[in-house]
Amino acid sequence: MNILELAGLNKHFGGLAACTNVDFHVEQGEILGLIGPNGAGKTTLFNLVSGALTVDSGVIRFKGKNITGLKPHQICRAGIARTFQSVKIFSKMSVIDNVLLGYLFGNPKCTMSDKATREAAEILEFVELSEISGLRAMDLTLANQKRLEVARALATKPELLLLDEVMAGLNHTEITQAMELVRKIRETGVTVIMIEHVMKAIMSICDRIIVLHHGEKIAEGKPEEIVKNKTVIDVYLGE
Amino acid sequence: MVVQFLDIVIGGLLTGGIYALIAVGFGLQYGVARVLNIAHGEFIMLGAFCTWTLFTMAGVTPLYSMFICAPFFFAIGFVIYRIFYTPLRTSSESPAVFEGNSMLASFGLLFVVQNLALIIWGSPVKGYSYLAFPIQLSGAVFSANRIVTLIASVILGSAFYVFLVCTRTGKAIRAAAQDPDAAELMGVRINRVLALCFGFGVMMAALGGLLLSMTSIMLSPVMGMQYTLIAIIVVVLGGLGNIKGSFIGGFILGLVGYIVSSSQPGLSMVAYYVIFLFLLLVKPTGLLGK
Amino acid sequence: MKSARGNWSSPIIMTVLLLLLVALPAYALSDYTVILITNILMYVVLTLSWAIFSGPTGYISLAPAAFFGVGVYASAILSSDLPLPIVIPIGGAASFILAYLVGSLTLRLRGMYFTMFTFGLVELVRNFLHWWEVNITGTVGRLIITADNTTVFYAMVVTFLAVLFASYLIRRSKFGLALRSIGESEEAAAHSGVNVNRVKVVIFAVSAFFMGATGATMSMRWTYIDPTSAFSIQFSFMPVLMAIFGGMGHLYAPITGAAIFSLLEEILTTKSPHYYMLLFGLTMLVVILFMPYGLEGIIEKWRKKIKAGLRSGHEYT
Repeated sequence: MNILELAGLNKHFGGLAACTNVDFHVEQGEILGLIGPNGAGKTTLFNLVSGALTVDSGVIRFKGKNITGLKPHQICRAGIARTFQSVKIFSKMSVIDNVLLGYLFGNPKCTMSDKATREAAEILEFVELSEISGLRAMDLTLANQKRLEVARALATKPELLLLDEVMAGLNHTEITQAMELVRKIRETGVTVIMIEHVMKAIMSICDRIIVLHHGEKIAEGKPEEIVKNKTVIDVYLGE
Repeated sequence: MVVQFLDIVIGGLLTGGIYALIAVGFGLQYGVARVLNIAHGEFIMLGAFCTWTLFTMAGVTPLYSMFICAPFFFAIGFVIYRIFYTPLRTSSESPAVFEGNSMLASFGLLFVVQNLALIIWGSPVKGYSYLAFPIQLSGAVFSANRIVTLIASVILGSAFYVFLVCTRTGKAIRAAAQDPDAAELMGVRINRVLALCFGFGVMMAALGGLLLSMTSIMLSPVMGMQYTLIAIIVVVLGGLGNIKGSFIGGFILGLVGYIVSSSQPGLSMVAYYVIFLFLLLVKPTGLLGK
Repeated sequence: MKSARGNWSSPIIMTVLLLLLVALPAYALSDYTVILITNILMYVVLTLSWAIFSGPTGYISLAPAAFFGVGVYASAILSSDLPLPIVIPIGGAASFILAYLVGSLTLRLRGMYFTMFTFGLVELVRNFLHWWEVNITGTVGRLIITADNTTVFYAMVVTFLAVLFASYLIRRSKFGLALRSIGESEEAAAHSGVNVNRVKVVIFAVSAFFMGATGATMSMRWTYIDPTSAFSIQFSFMPVLMAIFGGMGHLYAPITGAAIFSLLEEILTTKSPHYYMLLFGLTMLVVILFMPYGLEGIIEKWRKKIKAGLRSGHEYT
């Protein structure tokens, strides 16, 4: 079943075409990689799906429903969550409060209660941040801040998670840990789309990969196919 | 019919000239120095009162007062920026934080200046008469002093424009308006340029007040705020950071104000606000902005 | 796993008890004391109300004077026909509606545009009412049926307790979290499910409600009001100064700031008002430059130092 379908998406900024006629689908339960050189339009695509930007034309369907044009908070409540390229955690709030916010507003009819605190604590355990739940978010390392952002996104109980370069700026060990976390998330039944530049991560955990270049989809397929795809090789070597 | 039309156009221009001047000053402070100076109107008021004092106590005509007030108020603005806003700029964690803090600092400045004026001059309204004889222009009648203020506004505005385009300091200001960090990297002494801008802003406010006082209006130490609001609206109308836009926007708003005042005096402020709201909702970058 | 919401039962209970104690002997207190405490409470309510919205979100509203004035005018119009306990909430409701309108239109914009708009709101409403009175009703200003000082005092106490309770509830609830998240990153808050515009507008309107209620209450002390006296920018400046000076992190901070400055105003008011207003203007400049987190910032730094000292086992002489 296709959890997400993008049909004919177009978006331009002034003269710059950020997305041109992008079509693809995402299967439920898969980990989809979204790669391409810088400026290919990957984050723009995420912004269109999450409602941060409005499409010029095209349709976005989530679980069969048309979600084009909905506001970010509506899309979040519908079941799509995301992280940001430049980590956007609430730095002056504590770790647990960051997660609580996602839990309380990402799900219908939640109020501040012991139940909420417990569920937030469980999510922190899932991402292995329990020990520092009382710290202020700004005092965390980059790797932990990224985990926190993922935890906040998971607190909204999404069915689809968009990860925007969650491994950027991490060292080898941290990248391996992040890969583990992504696998763990998929095991809970959440579909994941990842924008990444860290090739080893993409190749090893993604089921399928989509390649963008200058706003257009230029390739789609399994990792083994993509590495052998001539167009993709040209694009990356030519840059 | 033609007379009525001309009456409106010229009347609007006369009001607009002063608006244009104070808007350019405000625009320099907000567009370049990034200070939302809500005390702007208070310096307009100060300029008006200083002119009144010079005229009624020392017999100095307003046009000569200009040569006293301009450097004096420029210096005041420069010093105020150095003392309060330069350290604030350093201590603020981000431009957004600086915007908020500098606005609050200006709020404090508003009360300092306004109450200083109330202490020095007291609350009763004042006024003086200068060049108050009527002049006929194509059938419509206007007071000579208002025509002089229009001429003065245009001269001052043009002089400043020439300064911006032709002098080194002017170019530094324009560079700082576009990108302060890049300008600093290019060798522009940014703190000095921003202080200069603020000084020019205060100077233009004072000159605007000087011209206002010439038009025989009643002067009161609490008159400043409405002009601050007019400056804000004009700058938004003309586009933030767009000096030419502020100048033209002043004339547009002056025209609107004159038309509204002719039919419903007392509602011009409301009319300006409706325009403001409309701009903010539909085109916050201004009619003439990018 | 304690969050930054903190433990508020003791200060709140203490404050409530304190006020009950204050309220009971109102008949035994001199008139002067009653009026003084009423004034202090007025500023405390205005400051707390302002801090409810502008504190966590960082949207600096300069409109308190407008909402206060609307309450004053609502009371002036209705006080001859309706009893006090109804007039005060109506004054609050009128301000709520105005704030809801203004907020819906301007809170979608950048913070500075919002601030600019609220700055002019006072002038705008004043101008409009003045024009209305000159052209439509024919008389400028109104006479008010006044109430005695004790009644006004009790009304202010009730309003104070109401806003204190509201502040406390909002902070502890999920909306408190939402407001703080909006202050840090509206985009992240929206993507976490927060309906950012709705939260901003509603809380802004709630804060205006209490400002209007305060205006409606205090107007009972003046026999005559007109647009100029009801809408004075001073009532926008004082709450902002008090909140910035006191701080806005914990509940005690804006209350302390308000109490200090209203007492100062009381002490200095023997001279002409212009001198102390000038001083307050200077204070704002000083506070912005040298006390970025207000008095609370200084107090909290000391508390942390003392705690750290105790924890590491050092002895404090």
